[in-house]
Amino acid sequence: MITNPTGRLTQGQFSFLPDLTDEQISAQIKWALAHDWAVSIEYTDDPHPRNTYWEMFGLPMFDLKDPAAILMEVNEARKTFPNHYIRVMAFNSTRGVESPAMSFIVNRPANEPGFGLVRAEGPGREIRYSFHSYATDKPESERY
Amino acid sequence: MSDAENTPSDVNEVDIDAVYKESAIQDVLDRLDAELVGLVPVKTRIREIAALLLVDKLRRQLDLTAGNPSMHMSFTGNPGTGKTTVAMRMADILHRLGYVRQGHLVAVTRDDLVGQYIGHTAPKTREVLKKAMGGVLFIDEAYYLYKPENERDYGAESIEILLQVMENQRDDLVVILAGYKDRMDKFFESNPGMSSRIAHHIDFPNYNPDELVQIAKLMLAESNYRMSAEAEEVFSEYVKKRMEMPNFANARSIRNALDRARLRQANRLFNSRGRMLTKVDLMTIEAEDLLKSRIFAQGTDESTQDDDE
Repeated sequence: MITNPTGRLTQGQFSFLPDLTDEQISAQIKWALAHDWAVSIEYTDDPHPRNTYWEMFGLPMFDLKDPAAILMEVNEARKTFPNHYIRVMAFNSTRGVESPAMSFIVNRPANEPGFGLVRAEGPGREIRYSFHSYATDKPESERY
Repeated sequence: MSDAENTPSDVNEVDIDAVYKESAIQDVLDRLDAELVGLVPVKTRIREIAALLLVDKLRRQLDLTAGNPSMHMSFTGNPGTGKTTVAMRMADILHRLGYVRQGHLVAVTRDDLVGQYIGHTAPKTREVLKKAMGGVLFIDEAYYLYKPENERDYGAESIEILLQVMENQRDDLVVILAGYKDRMDKFFESNPGMSSRIAHHIDFPNYNPDELVQIAKLMLAESNYRMSAEAEEVFSEYVKKRMEMPNFANARSIRNALDRARLRQANRLFNSRGRMLTKVDLMTIEAEDLLKSRIFAQGTDESTQDDDE
């Protein structure tokens, strides 16, 4: 992550690829809908890999049948949070599965400062490592 | 290059029959013919739309420009003339011809579109529009959206959003407005933007008595009933009388009349306990089931407040 040559956040699907076009996003959403997965949109400005739960943008779209409608919502989210990370998730509610089946980033801030490695010395000169996102040095909503 | 494009050549052939069969459109049109009695102007228009979409599909195969025609429609007609039924079929037809992607129908009224306080309407309308994307949005009694007597009414806001989506996202959804003829005319008069964005104004004619009897037979056949020959005669008499009375709602009145006839038939069979009933007994509606109707009992002079005669 730290030595990621592209300098871009790599989480979820397709994150090593160039940004998906709207058409490609539609195609992915179509795939999710074809499997009866509930699609939802989430955003955050804290890209730490262990920040699993991002903020929901609107409600999960259980009753929508067409990718065009969800893309409309994606664009709405981009308009509201142009400098946040926004991802599209697809939730598989099959009994016994009940977990996200897809998750990919559809919007990222113009400038992604990346992560620093923090070394903390413990007892007996033991070293503990942790990640720190440079962006989170600033308070929420001023990060990007 | 441009020369080759513009001269029609025999090399570029398309098989209209193949596309026609593939879309299985004949199947839908046949069903339309079989299950919907009368409505000739409506059927003609649907056939025309189907032909246009089919030809556009062929043109696209040969890389000719096929303008995306606007398919928004307005259905006007008296109550019970089959507006909703045809709208359902329309979704199916448009789906088979590849005009809409999913082919589902979302039926809404004013309540589903217009909010109750400031700022409530836009998200509500947008929610409905999103649900209808890829299919057909059917707005029943659309004239209620616009209430000129109340200038603070939120209906206008809803219309504005509708217009915007109808214009910009033509590929994503088809809007069908329905309502009674005179009120819809008034609605379009006060919303010229709406009227001009609707390509197909289809008027549903009233049924004549013969068609109504035929409809009744279809309805009965659907639920495994039939009329005896005698009952059929009585029924056509009933239809003629009923048409002259107030609150006549075409096919809907027929459905109600048949429901009551079934009620009386059940009662008649129940009272004839003691003998074995055959399958035919259970299926047949006799003349007496119809003759007990209030229409025959009192003639037409007594006013009927409701539809329960």
